[in-house]
Amino acid sequence: MASVTMQVNGKSVSKDVEGRTLLVDFLRNDLRLTGTHVGCDTSQCGACVVHVNGQSVKACAMFAIEADGAEVATIEGQANADGSLNVIQQAFQDHHGLQCGFCTPGMVMTAAALLKENPKPSEAEVRSYLEGNICRCTGYHNIVKAIMAASGQDVAAIAAE
Amino acid sequence: MYAFDIERPSSIKDAVAALQSEGAQALGGGQTLIPTLKARLAAPEVLISLTGISEMQGVCLSDEGALCIGAGTTHATVAREAAVHFPGLAALASHIGDPAVRNRGTIGGSLANNDPAACYPAAALGTGATIITDKRKIAADDYFQGMFTTALDEGEIITEVRFPIPEKSHYMKFVQPASRFALVGVFVAKYADGVRVAVTGASEEGVFRWHDAETALADDFNARSLDGLSVAADGMIGDLHGSPEYRAHLVKVMTGRAVTAA
Repeated sequence: MASVTMQVNGKSVSKDVEGRTLLVDFLRNDLRLTGTHVGCDTSQCGACVVHVNGQSVKACAMFAIEADGAEVATIEGQANADGSLNVIQQAFQDHHGLQCGFCTPGMVMTAAALLKENPKPSEAEVRSYLEGNICRCTGYHNIVKAIMAASGQDVAAIAAE
Repeated sequence: MYAFDIERPSSIKDAVAALQSEGAQALGGGQTLIPTLKARLAAPEVLISLTGISEMQGVCLSDEGALCIGAGTTHATVAREAAVHFPGLAALASHIGDPAVRNRGTIGGSLANNDPAACYPAAALGTGATIITDKRKIAADDYFQGMFTTALDEGEIITEVRFPIPEKSHYMKFVQPASRFALVGVFVAKYADGVRVAVTGASEEGVFRWHDAETALADDFNARSLDGLSVAADGMIGDLHGSPEYRAHLVKVMTGRAVTAA
């Protein structure tokens, strides 16, 4: 066991963890932050995407110990201070960017990383950036639309197929 | 996952010392190794994480004009920081895996693993890069020794990779649509004294140089120069994604496209 300390959604946490503990298991089991999902557990689906020091990572492909001293952001920290949905979350709701919702935490965290890097992405750029996030409902069209809308772009021209 | 320990040394010296212990294994960004551990395809007793070693991070130019990349540098950082000096390499790095994988995966990890369908081996071999380890310098031509096999000794770690910067270069990847790994990827680099062509994804022997194409392109760096050439299907990978003949054909097509795009 080793002690890890990190900032999770702005709050400092310290726990003892085993070497094999994945960041996603630390978040879900030790901190009970179960908004971050485990889909494939083989780092392909992106349901577990969180931000570590501002960068999107797959929390199932990183050990908790490696996040020692880091700032971690999860879906639980995304809402506005008053509890209302942030602009990306609200856009997902407005544009029906989720069906079963399982992939949604990862999609929102990936979208947040994209818009920080590229505030006005093209549709092709959004689709390319979502390469590592799989929606098993195949609801990509409205996810892309939601992210475009969250970036402040007019999405009326994107057909609701 | 089975139980193991992780150590996080902060210097190359400490990492090398830690790797001397029985059952120790170096851990880079973990984007291949962690799924491998979950699948029990490897079972080291202790992982030596290299991500906390600052002297293995970053991109810079050497006095000789080579691009030097610390082995612990992530693909995302290479994509950003190599763009000005070596756009062909930056573009390659920006298409490995997906954005989250690029934020963790490292160049040293990719080269140490030498996956037969990985992108970086094509760039290293296609530029004649130098692989620098904790104890020596290895020319790319000597480094790659077949699928998942390299010149690295037990416990030896890559600390830096030095790329001679070409006049022109391009990496053309035909992705396998599910895994996004290269079904065939070709790195073409033109230097004042010749051309190098390296192919990943295709051969059962891992990354290789296509010497006939190098000779033809050295005379005239134009896709037309490849017209009379062909690649033998013998020794190419055959699986449900493509036959050896298909891969051999793709090598030529991708090489031509890479030359045109360079």
